[in-house]
Amino acid sequence: MLRLMASMRFREDFHVRVSMTVNGRNVSGEVEGRTLLVEFLREGLHLTGTHVGCDTSQCGACTVHVDGMQVKACSMFAAEADGAQVATIEGVAANDGTLSAIQQAFQDHHGLQCGFCTPGMVMAAASLLKANPKPTEHEVREHLEGNICRCTGYHNIVKAIMAASGQEMPALAAE
Amino acid sequence: MPKDSGIGASSKRREDVRFLTGSGNYTDDINIFGQLHVHFLRADMAHAKLNGVDTAAAEAMPGVHRVFTGADFEAVGGIPCGWLITDRFGQPMQEPRHPVLAHGKIRHVGEPICAVVADTLAQARDAAEAIVLDYETLPAVIDMKAAVSDSSVKVHEELTSNLCYDWGFVEDNRDAVDAAIKGAAHVTTLELVNNRLVANPMEPRVAVGEYNRSDDMHTLHTTSQNPHVIRLLMGAFVLGIPEHKLRVVAPDVGGGFGTKIFHYAEEAFCTFAAKALNRPVKWTSTRSEAFMSDAHGRDHVTKIELALDADNNFVAVRTETYANMGAYLSTFASSVPTWLHGTLMAGNYKTPHVYVNVKAVFTNTVPVDAYRGAGRPEATYQLERVIDMAARELGVDPIALRRQNFITEFPYATPVAVEYDTGDYHATMDKLEEIADFAGFKARRAESERNGKLRGLGINCYIEACGIAPSNLVGQLGARAGLYDAATVRVNATGSISVMVGAHSHGQGHETSFPQVISEMIGIPEDQITIVHGDTSKIPFGMGTYGSRSLAVCGSAMVRAAEKVINKAKKIAAHLLEASDGDIELKDGRFSVAGTDKSVAWGDVTLAAYVPHNYPLTDIEPGLEETAFYDPANFTYPSGAYACEVELDPETGHVKIDRFSAADDFGNIINPMIVTGQVHGGIAQGIGQAMLEGCVYDADGQLLSASYMDYAMPRALDVPFYTVDHSCQTPCTHNPLGVKGCGEAGAIGSPPSVVNAVIDAIASGSGKAVAHIDMPLTPSRVWAAMQ
Ligand code: FES
Ligand code: FES
Repeated sequence: MLRLMASMRFREDFHVRVSMTVNGRNVSGEVEGRTLLVEFLREGLHLTGTHVGCDTSQCGACTVHVDGMQVKACSMFAAEADGAQVATIEGVAANDGTLSAIQQAFQDHHGLQCGFCTPGMVMAAASLLKANPKPTEHEVREHLEGNICRCTGYHNIVKAIMAASGQEMPALAAE
Repeated sequence: MPKDSGIGASSKRREDVRFLTGSGNYTDDINIFGQLHVHFLRADMAHAKLNGVDTAAAEAMPGVHRVFTGADFEAVGGIPCGWLITDRFGQPMQEPRHPVLAHGKIRHVGEPICAVVADTLAQARDAAEAIVLDYETLPAVIDMKAAVSDSSVKVHEELTSNLCYDWGFVEDNRDAVDAAIKGAAHVTTLELVNNRLVANPMEPRVAVGEYNRSDDMHTLHTTSQNPHVIRLLMGAFVLGIPEHKLRVVAPDVGGGFGTKIFHYAEEAFCTFAAKALNRPVKWTSTRSEAFMSDAHGRDHVTKIELALDADNNFVAVRTETYANMGAYLSTFASSVPTWLHGTLMAGNYKTPHVYVNVKAVFTNTVPVDAYRGAGRPEATYQLERVIDMAARELGVDPIALRRQNFITEFPYATPVAVEYDTGDYHATMDKLEEIADFAGFKARRAESERNGKLRGLGINCYIEACGIAPSNLVGQLGARAGLYDAATVRVNATGSISVMVGAHSHGQGHETSFPQVISEMIGIPEDQITIVHGDTSKIPFGMGTYGSRSLAVCGSAMVRAAEKVINKAKKIAAHLLEASDGDIELKDGRFSVAGTDKSVAWGDVTLAAYVPHNYPLTDIEPGLEETAFYDPANFTYPSGAYACEVELDPETGHVKIDRFSAADDFGNIINPMIVTGQVHGGIAQGIGQAMLEGCVYDADGQLLSASYMDYAMPRALDVPFYTVDHSCQTPCTHNPLGVKGCGEAGAIGSPPSVVNAVIDAIASGSGKAVAHIDMPLTPSRVWAAMQ
C-alpha cells in the first residue's frame, strides 16, 4: 500500500477514495493523491481544530493520533490513512462537553494563550501519558520536542501535563 | 486569601474551552460558499528590474479565474506608513511608494509579483509556475552601512539615497552630551547588533475578502490585532472604500506579537479581488511565505557610550544606531527605532545627558517593524549591556552600580522627553535578589565547577513606555493616527452585560479579565458579562492591541463607560426608591439608599430601563448603554529587574539556561494568572532572541533562515521553569485602574540578563576575558569568543 501511494505522490490528477474512522465516526471521501491528512480533516471533514502552523513538519500544530500513534497530520497523505482509526482534538472531550483530564489541566494551569498550538499540545500530551503515565519534567519537555508554542514559554504547558499525570507541583502554581 | 472573582482574582479563562476542544474560529477556519483561492508568485531574487510579466499561459490553466499583476494596482494607493519622522535637519523622512504587487521593480525576496486566483489552491499554485517574468537582476544591498555609502545601489531610484532619515534626539542636547563625555572620568564603549527576528505567531496570516454587489459592501476577514486600524488604512489610503462600506473582522487570532498590527498587501489584494471577480477570495500564508512576507523585528546595529564620573555616577549616554527598515516602510516601522526607542534611553537611571542618533536605512530585505517590545528591547539591551560592561571595567558590583544610579523620586522627567509617573526600582531589585536566590549562587557555581562547567549570573533592569499613547503628544511626534481606545457597555434588560471593545485579544485573555473589572464595579458575577471584540461592525472605533495598551487604554475606556452606566442606573434606582440620586450606593449588585434599609437589585433597575413603566421619562432616556473613548494622559511605565543563571560547557560553548527570575512592577493587576503567563511567554521570546533566533540574509539578499529548519524557535527543552513575581506594585497615577501593562515586559527585560550571564560565566573561568558576544549566543559563537 505505501509503495503504491509513493508512486501516486506526484500525480495530482489522480483521485482516490479513502475511508477511515475519525473520532469513532466512519467517514469517506474522494481526495487527490497529494491531499494531506490534515487537509482532508480540515477541508474535507470541516474538523478545523487540527491546525497548520508550518510547511516543514516541525511545529506540531497538526498533531493527531492515527491507529493510536501520535502523528503530524501534515506529514502523511490522506490516502495513507485509508482504513485507519484517526483521533483529533474534537473527539477528546466527553459527549456532554466535560473536558478530559489533560484539557482540564491546561485550563486550570493556564497552559494556553492564543490556543493555536493547543490542540497539538493536548494530542501530544495524551500520547505521552498513555505511554508514560508519570513522566518527569524532563521527559515532558523531551516529548514536546516537535511542538512549538510561541505564547506560553512552555512553563504552564509542562506544569499542566505534570498535573494531568497526577503529579501536582505546588511550588510552581500558576498563581 | 486570594480573591475568587473580580479584580485581583486568577479567574480561569473562559476562552480556553473553545480552544481546548478544537472549536476556535480562526481565520483559516472560515470558508465562504463560492470562495476562490489566491496564490502569490513571490520574488526569489532580492533586487531586479521587472520589464514585463506574461500571464497568458497561466490564465489558460484549468480552474484559473484571473492573474493579477502590479499594473492592476497602479490606480490604487500604496500601502501607507502610519508615522512621519522628521529628521534632525527638520526634513521629512523619505517615504517611497509601497505597491500592493511589484511594478517595474522587485525589492526583496518574497515580494508579491503576481496573484493567481483559481478554484483551488493547487490550481493556483500550478498556474503560477506558468507565469513568465522578464527581469534583469540588480546587485542587492543588504548591509546597512554599505547601503548609506555614496556608491551604494539604490533600493528606490526616486529617492536621493537609501537613508530614510537621520534622527537626533534630543538634538539640542547633542553638544552638552559631547561635552559631558569629553569631561568624564570613565567612558565605556560597546558596539553591538540587535539581531533581526521573525515574530512567528503560530498561526500564519490569512485573509478572506468578500464582496456583496447588492449593497456594495466589502468584508475582510483577517488575522489582525486591530481591525479598525486595518479598515482605516486599507479603506482610506489603499482601496478608497469608505468605512460604511467596509467591514473588517479579526476572529480568533493565533498570536500576534506585533506582526499582525500592520496592514499587508495580501489583505488589500483579497478585498480588491473579491470585488473584481465578484467571488470571495481566500489567502492562507504558508510558514515559508510568513518568513519572507511578515514584517521582521529588531535589526539594529548600535554603538553606545556610557560616561561615568569619578564616583561612578552616570553622567552621559550617547548612541548611534543603524536601524533596518527593509525595502519598504511597514505601518509603524519608522516609529520603532525613534519614539519607541530613543525615549527609553534614560532607562531606570538619573543620567543627566542623553543623546540618541538613529539612521534608518532601506535595504533589499523584508520590511522591519514592531515585534514584541518594539524599540524598547533594543534600548534596554544596549543600556543594560553597557552598564554591565562598565561595572566589569571598573571592577564594581553590577547591582551596586545600578542601584547607585537609580531614579528614586517620582514623577521624574528624563532628558529624553518622557515623564515617569511612578516606580520603585530598589524594591524590584530587592525582590529579585530574594526570588533568584543570589545568596545561593556561590554554592551553585562551585557545584558547576566541580562538574567541569562554568556558571554565570546576569542581571538587568528595564523600563518601558506602555499604554500607547496620548494622541496629542504622538500627533506632535508624527503619528498619523490617534491612539485612544473605546468601549461600549451595553446592559441588557435582565441585567447581563455585553461590552464591545476596541482592544483585540489574541492570547491575552481579555474575554476573562475585562469582565473581572466590570464585575468588581457593579457586583454581579463575571459570567453575567461578555466581551465582544474583533469586528468593526460590532465594536466602537478603537485602535486595537499592541504596546501593552489593552487594559491601560481600552480598559480605562471600559471603566469610564461603566461609570456612565452606573450613574444613570443610580438615577433610575433613585426614582424606584423615591430617594435622591446622591444618596444611592451600589454594592454587590444592589442599589441602596444610604442610611436606610431600602434597596433594589441591579436586575430590577436594568429591567426598568428597558420596560420604563415606572420611570422618570421626562428626565432620562430609557435604555442602559454607554460608550466612552479614553485618551491616556501619559504613557505607563512598567519596570522591573531580571536575573538569568546559565551553565556553560567550556569544551563546546553550549549554554544551558538554568534559572530565570523576573521581578516586575506592573502597577495594579486584574488577573495574576494571566499576567504571569504573559511574562513567561515574553521571557521565552527573549531567551529565543538571546540564544537561538536570528534571521540571516546572504550578501545577495537570499533569506537563509526561511523555515523552522534554519530559524531556531525556542522549544520546551530550551527553557527552564521561570520564577516570576509581581508583588512590587506602584500603581499608575493617571488611569482609573492604576494598571501599567504587562505584555511586552518579558521580551524587553530578558535578553540582556542572558548575555550578561554568559559573559559572567566566561569571566569566572581561567580563559581569556570576553567583553561581548552578539546574539544569538550559539555554541559556535560562544566557543569561538572563548578561544
Ligand atoms: S503543520 Fe504539521 S508540523 Fe507544522
Ligand atoms: S498558546 Fe499560542 S502558540 Fe501556544
